[in-house]
Amino acid sequence: MKMMTRATVLLLALATAACTNPDRFGGAGGADGANGANGANGANGGLAGSANDPASPQFFNQTIGDRVLFAVDTSTITPTGKTILDGQAQWLQTNADYRAVIEGHADEQGTREYNLALGQRRANAVREYLVSRGVPSSRLQVTSFGKERPIEVCSEESCYAKNRRAVTVLSFSSITS
Amino acid sequence: MMKRLLTLLLALMLAGPALAQSGPLRLTITDGVIEPITFAVPTFQAENGAAGQVAADISRLVAQDLAGTGLFREVPATAFISQVSSFTQPVAYADWRAINSQGLITGAVTVNGNQLVVKFRLYDVFSGQELGQGQQLVGTVDGWRRMAHKVADATYSRITGEGGYFDSRVVFVSESGPKDNRQKRLAIMDYDGANLQFLTDSSAIVLAPRFSPNGDRVLYTSFESGFPRINVLNVGNVSRQQLGTAQGEMAFSPRFSRDGRQVIYSLSNGGNTDIYRTDLGTGQHVRLTSAPSIETAPSLSPDGSQIVFESDRSGTQQLYIMPANGGEARRISFGDGRYGTPVWSPRGDLVAFTKQNAGRFHIGVMRTDGSEERLLTSSFLDEGPTWSPNGRVIMFSRETQGAGGTSSMYSVDISGRNLKAVPVQGGASDPSWGPLQP
Repeated sequence: MKMMTRATVLLLALATAACTNPDRFGGAGGADGANGANGANGANGGLAGSANDPASPQFFNQTIGDRVLFAVDTSTITPTGKTILDGQAQWLQTNADYRAVIEGHADEQGTREYNLALGQRRANAVREYLVSRGVPSSRLQVTSFGKERPIEVCSEESCYAKNRRAVTVLSFSSITS
Repeated sequence: MMKRLLTLLLALMLAGPALAQSGPLRLTITDGVIEPITFAVPTFQAENGAAGQVAADISRLVAQDLAGTGLFREVPATAFISQVSSFTQPVAYADWRAINSQGLITGAVTVNGNQLVVKFRLYDVFSGQELGQGQQLVGTVDGWRRMAHKVADATYSRITGEGGYFDSRVVFVSESGPKDNRQKRLAIMDYDGANLQFLTDSSAIVLAPRFSPNGDRVLYTSFESGFPRINVLNVGNVSRQQLGTAQGEMAFSPRFSRDGRQVIYSLSNGGNTDIYRTDLGTGQHVRLTSAPSIETAPSLSPDGSQIVFESDRSGTQQLYIMPANGGEARRISFGDGRYGTPVWSPRGDLVAFTKQNAGRFHIGVMRTDGSEERLLTSSFLDEGPTWSPNGRVIMFSRETQGAGGTSSMYSVDISGRNLKAVPVQGGASDPSWGPLQP
């Protein structure tokens, strides 16, 4: 073509996806996923025992309480929270074979990154309180799920109040410690 | 997918100099653009029998790309007076003027086996001349969508004088499952939602992927270990490895530097979150902020000299700019409410952000000195803006309210016009818009 005679010809390598199956991983969507199943809801589900047995994780979770709640955008432990954490600290000192990961959470009213940082602040506030009550810090780890794992799903304060939490998730550690 | 990549050859005939400058088929993209430019795309000529379907598909996609910008409006084929029966025949300008089509795009397509050759021309109907020169693209039939996007990019570029964004990809988080047990996986797609591919499975929560400047790698936050850590994923072979960060309990919110050799991110320790930089070559870490407050969501200026980030050091989340090596930060957000997730524009002149005020979320832009703040969207929950390669469009996540709330991706022009959903099957969040592909 005449119009193309003075044009420069460039050769470019074009990368294109020839696959028709979008999923190299076999699963369709999240059906077989285990996203965040490892204790994100603070269920302590793997540990056995009875809520009547003061040495059981069930007693820790249900009778003492495995979680404390926070006001909007704060990481201050409330008086109610302190009572729960006093019980947690005592239990952890009595049951020295357990370790715990403290998981901080935020409600959905915030940006993703900020809520991760806020959840960490909350989890750390719990850790500091437990350490101040005599729990060795070496037995406590903190993490944050930000707003990724709400336990209540409505978009109202009644749900948000329960989602702004830090959950002390036990693990039995006599083998590793 | 790169394992199965086909390497294609693209022969590109460059447009000639300056001819375009004299024609009135010209659109200056400003906030004041109200009246779209009209254009017609008669179905490209199939130059052999095998090319019929793909010629029709390419013509439709070129029209769809251009009309999708809101800057152009297609004149439907039912209005045509002239038919274009040959790529080389002279254009009957009067027939196109009569139906008020300012632009005319003609093309011809040849298919030989899996080889695809696309030629196209752009005409300025009212000036009665060609805008730029004819161009020829060579690729494969499988890659026909990219060929169409390249034709649309060239057209957009000749008429606006700016780069396009159609031949680009977006990496994002694909979501499924209920709100209290949402499954998240990394996925990649064309800018228009086509060619979706998953990059990870859903065995761990993944968040906020970020493209490298040339699109070869993706940084993202993963909960594989139960603790947020940053992974680097190679888009080509889908291999991934954890980023060696400075010592910390959590690492998240990563972004590449413009040369792709450094990563800036947030690290949390003892309830305090600060911004760090790690050099991928040397493995050295530098702490860039050290305040007792939350410092996160860092984004570098295009020249690499400054970082915009969010901090709650004043009591609420606000935006700040500091030198790239750390040091004194100046606050740039002063409106009502809270500001987060700032992203520096590719042109360097604007910062896009998420704003939370009076129970609503907004995507907005402001100048880098904080002036001329403009909110582009408003909803129950909008967040996480990402810029198109040419800095004219922003994509973001929008989550709906309530127990059945789901997340989708939307795009909007920086003028606030042309808000629309990005068509993706299932839930989608945290888009990162990659560069124009070579």
